[in-house]
Order: sequence, then C-alpha cells, then structure tokens
Amino acid sequence: MKTLTHLQQLESESIHIMREVVAQARKPVMLYSIGKDSSVMLHLARKAFYPAPPPFLLLHIDTRWKFQEMYRFREKMSQESGMELIVHINPEGITKDINPFTHGSSVHTNIMKTEGLKQALDKYGFDVAFGGARRDEEKSRAKERIFSFRSSAHRWDPKNQRPELWNLYNTQKRDDESIRVFPISNWTELDIWQYIHLENIPIVPLYYSAMRPVVSRGGTWIMVDDGRMPLEPGEIPEQKMVRFRTLGCYPLTGAIESQATTLPQIIQEMLLTTSSERQGRMIDHDSSASMEKKKQEGYF
Amino acid sequence: MAHVSELIASDIDAYLDKHQHKTLLRFITCGSVDDGKSTLIGRLLYDSHMLFDDQLAAIEKDSQKWGTQGDQIDFALLVDGLAAEREQGITIDVAYRFFSTENRKFIVADTPGHEQYTRNMVTGASTADAAIVMIDGRKGILPQTCRHSFIAHLLGIEHLLIAVNKMDLVNYDQSIFNSICQQYQDFAKSLDIKNAIYIPISAFKGDNITSLSPKIPWYQGLTLMQYLESVPVQSKTNQTKPLRIPIQWVNRPNLDFRGFTGTIASGALKVGDQIQVQPSGKHSNIAQIIAAEGECQEAVAGQAITFTLTDEIDISRGDIITHSGTPAEVADQFEATIIWMHEEPLLPGRQYWLKIGAQTVTATVTSIKYEVNINTLEHLAANHLNLNNIAHCNLNLDRPIPFDPYSENRQTGGFILIDRINNNTVGAGLINFALRRSHNIYIQNIDINKAARAKLKHQTPKVIWFTGLSGSGKSTIANLVEKQLHQLGMHTYLLDGDNIRHGLNKDLGFTDEDRVENIRRIGEVAKLMVDAGLIVLTAFISPFRSERKMVRELFAAGEFIEVFIDTPLELAEERDPKGLYKKARTGQLKNFTGIDSPYESPENPEIILKTSQNSAEELAMEVCRYLQKI
Repeated sequence: MKTLTHLQQLESESIHIMREVVAQARKPVMLYSIGKDSSVMLHLARKAFYPAPPPFLLLHIDTRWKFQEMYRFREKMSQESGMELIVHINPEGITKDINPFTHGSSVHTNIMKTEGLKQALDKYGFDVAFGGARRDEEKSRAKERIFSFRSSAHRWDPKNQRPELWNLYNTQKRDDESIRVFPISNWTELDIWQYIHLENIPIVPLYYSAMRPVVSRGGTWIMVDDGRMPLEPGEIPEQKMVRFRTLGCYPLTGAIESQATTLPQIIQEMLLTTSSERQGRMIDHDSSASMEKKKQEGYF
Repeated sequence: MAHVSELIASDIDAYLDKHQHKTLLRFITCGSVDDGKSTLIGRLLYDSHMLFDDQLAAIEKDSQKWGTQGDQIDFALLVDGLAAEREQGITIDVAYRFFSTENRKFIVADTPGHEQYTRNMVTGASTADAAIVMIDGRKGILPQTCRHSFIAHLLGIEHLLIAVNKMDLVNYDQSIFNSICQQYQDFAKSLDIKNAIYIPISAFKGDNITSLSPKIPWYQGLTLMQYLESVPVQSKTNQTKPLRIPIQWVNRPNLDFRGFTGTIASGALKVGDQIQVQPSGKHSNIAQIIAAEGECQEAVAGQAITFTLTDEIDISRGDIITHSGTPAEVADQFEATIIWMHEEPLLPGRQYWLKIGAQTVTATVTSIKYEVNINTLEHLAANHLNLNNIAHCNLNLDRPIPFDPYSENRQTGGFILIDRINNNTVGAGLINFALRRSHNIYIQNIDINKAARAKLKHQTPKVIWFTGLSGSGKSTIANLVEKQLHQLGMHTYLLDGDNIRHGLNKDLGFTDEDRVENIRRIGEVAKLMVDAGLIVLTAFISPFRSERKMVRELFAAGEFIEVFIDTPLELAEERDPKGLYKKARTGQLKNFTGIDSPYESPENPEIILKTSQNSAEELAMEVCRYLQKI
C-alpha cells in the first residue's frame, strides 16, 4: 500500500486531463504566459507525454508590455523544451499603439489579451486551448469547469455550464465552438510553489528579490522596465529590493518589497503574508464581478 | 496566509519537508437552504488562515452591499462567486474551495441547496470522499436534508458527518441535539447509511470547529476539523480493489516505443504482472511502468501512468486493463440508476452518447423501470425523465463494454450521457448490474446477404426519407417518385402513416415519447426492407433531429437519403388537406407538429424541396434526377 501525497494526486489529475484532450481534440494548443503557473503546466505536459514531446504547440499572446526578463526566459524555454512556440500580437494594437498608460488597463487588456487571444485561436483553428488558471485565484474561477465551453464568439456562459462528474470530461462540441481547459484548476498558490521547489522547475528570475528600479504608483511599486514608461514631473526611479508574486504587463504589475532570494524564502514570505497574490494585479479590481465579465467576453 | 506553524518562521525547509507529505481529501457540504453551508466554508477558510486581508476587505465591502448578516461579515459571499448568486443571495453552482492543515489538503465543493440545482449537487458529490450534512438546530430534519443524504449515499460517499448547526441559537441545548440525531439515525437506517457521525456546532460562532467549545461541555467527541483530518481517503481504499486501467491514449513517438497511458482507477500494478485487455481478452505482461516521478516498479490507484508490454498486442483508447485472474464483466445491456440533468427530458428509445472511462458508445434507455421520489423515496411510474429526476432504467448499448457495478467501483461503473445534437451533458448514470439477456443474444450468420439480394434485383437498395410538416406534400411527392421508379423497373416500397400507424404502430400516440418510438420502429422496418434489397420510401413528419440521425446511422454511408419538404407553416395550414390544423388550432387535437409540438428542420439534408415554388411533379422529377446521379 502506497500513500499518494496531495501533490502526487494533483499531478495525476492534471496529466489525466491533458491526455484526455490530446486523445479527443482536433487541434489543441497550450497558452503559455511565461509565469510560474505556465511553467508548472508545461512541466506537467512534458511528463504526461514522456518519452514523446507534448504533441501540441505553445501559444503566447503578447501585449508588447511584458517584462524584458520574461521575453528572454520565453526564448530560452522554447529552445529547451523542443516545442514550437507561436507568438501572437493583436495587429490592431500595434497600429493604434495601444498601451496601458494612454488607454488604461481595461482597454489595454481587452484589446491586447482578450481580442488577441480570440484572433489567434481563430487564425490557427485551435479547438482546445490549455490555460494555467487556478480556482483559488478568484471567485468566478472557483465556479468554472475544468473543461470550459466557449461559443463561436468565444463567450463563456456561467449560468449554462455542463455538469462535470467524476473524471469524465465531455469533449463533444460543434465545429465552431472551442474549449478552454484548465488542468491545474485544483492547485493552490502554495501547491504551485511547493511543486516548483520539489521538481526544480525553472521560473523567471523576477519572482526572486533583487535590486530593481521602481516608482511608487497608487500604493504599489511599479518597475521601470524600459524607456517607454512615462515618468511624472520630478519622479525619479529608486533602487529597491523587490520581487513579483505574479507576472503580467509590467506597468500593470505591482512589486512587493522583499528580501526573499531563494524559493524557500519566497514560500516562507507567502505563508506569512496577509494579502492574496492577485492584489498586485490591477486588472482585477475594476469591479467585484470584473473577472466574470472579462471571462464572458472571452478572456482566458 | 498565516499558517499556525512556528516552523515557517524558524525553519522553512523543515516546514516544506513536512508539508510535502500531506494527503488530499475531497468533501462536499450539503443540506437545506440557509442551514449555513457557505458560512461553514467561510469559517473553515478563516480558521485555517486561508483568507487574506484584501479578500476579507472585499467581502466586507460586499457584505454591506448584499450581506444577509446585518453588520457582521457574511461568509457566504466568499463562496458565492457569480454575480447572479450574490445578487440573489443563493448558491446556484458548485464552488470549489481549498484549504489545508498540517496533515491534509482539502478540496471542498460547496453545493447548492435548492431542489432545482440537484444536478449541481450530484456533480460535487461524484468525486467526494466525505459529506458534511448541515442541519439547522432550530428547524431539525427537512426534506432537503433527506434528499441530499440520499444523493450523497447514492453517489457512493461512505462517510457522512451530520453537523447540527446554529447550536448558539438553541441555547446549546443537548436534548435538541439528541432528538435530531435520533431522527436522523432512523432515516439513515432506511437508506442503509453506515458511517455517520454527529457533531453539534455553530459555524457562525466557531463552536466545535477547530476546538471543543466550552459552551457545549456535554459533547466530548471529535471536532469538525479532527473528523475531516481522520476520514479515510478514497484513493487509499481504491488500492485494495481489483486492477482497472481505462486506456486513454497510445503513445507512439517512434517505432521502438509503444506505451499505453491511463489513470489507474483501482488496484495496483507491478512490472512483470500478467494482464488482460478487455474486451478483446488478450493477455500480456507489464514490461515497464513510467509514472510522473519517472520509471518505477509499482504504481497504484490514482496515478496517471504510461506502461509498455512484453508482447505486441492491439490495445486502443477505451479498452480496460485488468490482472489476468480478475477481469471486469462485459455486457451491452444494463440496469442503471440515471440522474437526469437537462431541461429537455430523457425519452426512452432516443439515442445518447454514453461516456464511461475513456470509452464513448451509443446508448438507448429501453425502459424506465421506476422513478424515485427523492423526498419520500417512493417508487413512481414514469414514461420520461425531467430535470433532476432520478430513476432506475434499462439501458442498451451499441456494443459490449467492460464495467463494474458502481457500488464496487466508481470509475468503472459511473457514466455520463451526452445529447447527440446539442452535445450537452444531459445525465449521469450508475451501473447496477448487467441484464442477463444480453449474454444470450447471438447474431446468426446467414449465407444470402443484402448484396446477393440486390444483385438479383439489379438495383442498389436505399431509403429515401421524406420529412416535413403535416400537409407539406410528403406523401404526394413520395407517391410520384415511387411511380417513376416502378416504371423504371425498380423494386420499391412506400411506408407511410396509412400502412404503419394502423398496424405495426397502432399502440402509439403523439406524445414526444411515442413519436420517438414510432420513428425507431419505422427505421428498423426500413432497414429490414433495405436488407431485402428494396428501395424504400418513407413519408413521416419525423419532427426530431435526434431520431432522424438515429435512423441515418442504421444504414451504410450513402444508403440514407434525407429529403426535406420545405413548406412554410402558413402554407401547410392553408392547404390543410385533412382538416387537422383547424382541429389543432381549436384545441381538439393535442401535440400537433408546428402548433404545440416542435418541428426541427434538417441541418444537412441530401435534398431540399420548396413546395411554395414548384409543383409536386417537378419536385418528384428532381428527386429522380438525384437518384440517377448517385
């Protein structure tokens, strides 16, 4: 008799989900956002199909405003995994020069992420997309199925979700519909960190604390990652020991002051902190149902 | 997230090492509306320090807006994640929440109490190891308490915790607690529930949740949290059962490696074990096992693995691997308990997809034996099932599958039913036992077959299926087409209402259930006639896509030609050759297609005939031209 730990069980559940998709989907793709959850999801995919490489492409919906270190990490990871990576940027966002400073977080996220994702899925004809969302992140996600159906317009209908029983996932759909599949739905932030620690999974160095140039904006530290960041009159970036709990577009991602430079220290800090990881995400706070609204529109 | 462990601050490495070895327990909270399910979950998260300041701040804000607890924090808002739920103050869908203690990680499914959301409770219960049944101490056992206990028991949850809540509102009165326990024990006996334990609590005040409450000195048993930490987990009990691995996917990256992937549903597997593939019955031995941690000698229930065999044998998705001595049963007819989950009713005779393990087959409910009234447990007669109905049914599959009774194995005995037109998950089912007759029907091989008979007649047998509203012109056009074919020397037969409804189907009326059975029989008759080598024409309204699809699938590719007689309702009603529309409009005729019963137009018919533009003769010629081309 062998006792499976909670991480082993979560790992098996995720692998089961991925294999179910590959066995049934016409053209699956994995959304790769470069963050820690994507790193874990990719790691699980490599285990699920070992000794073969995962039989699908990686897709990054780029906004042009990610941290420079994220772009470097993306290239390195793509080379090491031997998997093909597609990068899609909404061309409308390039012509109109959409950015978080002039257009605000809501317009920026909608055009670059939501619209960009829908464009890419339609362009390549992907029918199933793996996403690294977790149910503990946000309350509307806590209600979402692992296999989440989207209409031909990519809309999510929270009141009309298919029942999901046992580990039986219904993958039947019309040709113009698509499915977003979340293999790490049941992992928590702590599970993710423990697993990264146990399995030595590489992550973007921004998660570790280091001296970085930051300015204080709206009660949080924003990193001056490149010359595109407009500074207020008299505003001078200062060097601080900071790190990030989640990674997104740098102007929309708050840093926290921290001395944690190793994984155990990061976990220690997380366990002792009193705020949730999405607090640093500016896009969640627009209204209490804002994530549900974005998801209905096709976001992730 | 301040876990109460000094190790975090003093020795994080020691803490991490300890926390790698937690087990995982899935449970549900259920009970009547307002018995305090969401409050309990909020309390568990709060007491295990899983709530962050910003989340608390958000709930405080929401409490002022939507809360039902006065100035106090309304924990329910934490789990009611959808905007509609917060606005209406009720739980609609299952929410999954996570917390952990020193020994265990917990996944809790908060399931809705209202009867119209029974399907969501079934969803939550399907994966749970344990259930907390909440009872409001002021109200005692309510119909929903019984219904939820019944469902939890039905779905195979072995461990029930009966939490008598709101003890603070009944002055922590022991006699109230005792009388509720006594009542519940009597009820539990009638359901054969064995492992139930009883705890008096107040989720709102935190009594007996993580520590024994001084206000309830008369109770000295387990706290709710101690109970959750000590319940046996399913993944462990599953290891003691016979080996079952439903094969998900064959991994063939190159000619040298042929691995079979799947999650072990039950039992344990070692390198060298002799295994059997079902349903083919072939045997081989395990050569190599690759689990998530890499190559290993042994794997157990719950692990997702890849393995190779010592022999090259054929295995594909949906097959089940067992040990050679302990195979699963194989059958194609079952008695099963079905929980219906869709607004559109289940109709006997209609085909659905059935997914079990990694296999999807076609299934038909041949009869509903009885429906169970989930409040009184009475048996009722039923000819269809509505949303949230639970019934014992006989089921017929298009091919035999390996299975175990659900009571012995949830993974190989539980299935879902999927609608073949809209693809929704419409039902869940639990296999009770195989029907004996399924072992005793064999197909007799005969020497003269369809091809031989067709050759003698110098024709290709097929069925030309006319569908459309009453009065659209089906019989008229079908009759003209048959005359044409007859003149060409073809052997034909026209099936229509006159020769079917008055004979073979005279026991059937016009309800949805009967319409389904009507078309099923006509399809089978047409099939026999095509097998006899004939060209068959049928002229029936055949209003439902599902049944036309079912009939189409009885035939080989190209044999079934669907002809849609596209006549607008107004025109058909104006013609009204038999005066039926008039009767339907005045209420003398019920369930009339187009009036109070739906007609579902074909999506991809082979031929569309528009009777508003051409004469019946021209349209009949169009069909004949089509037949000559193919």
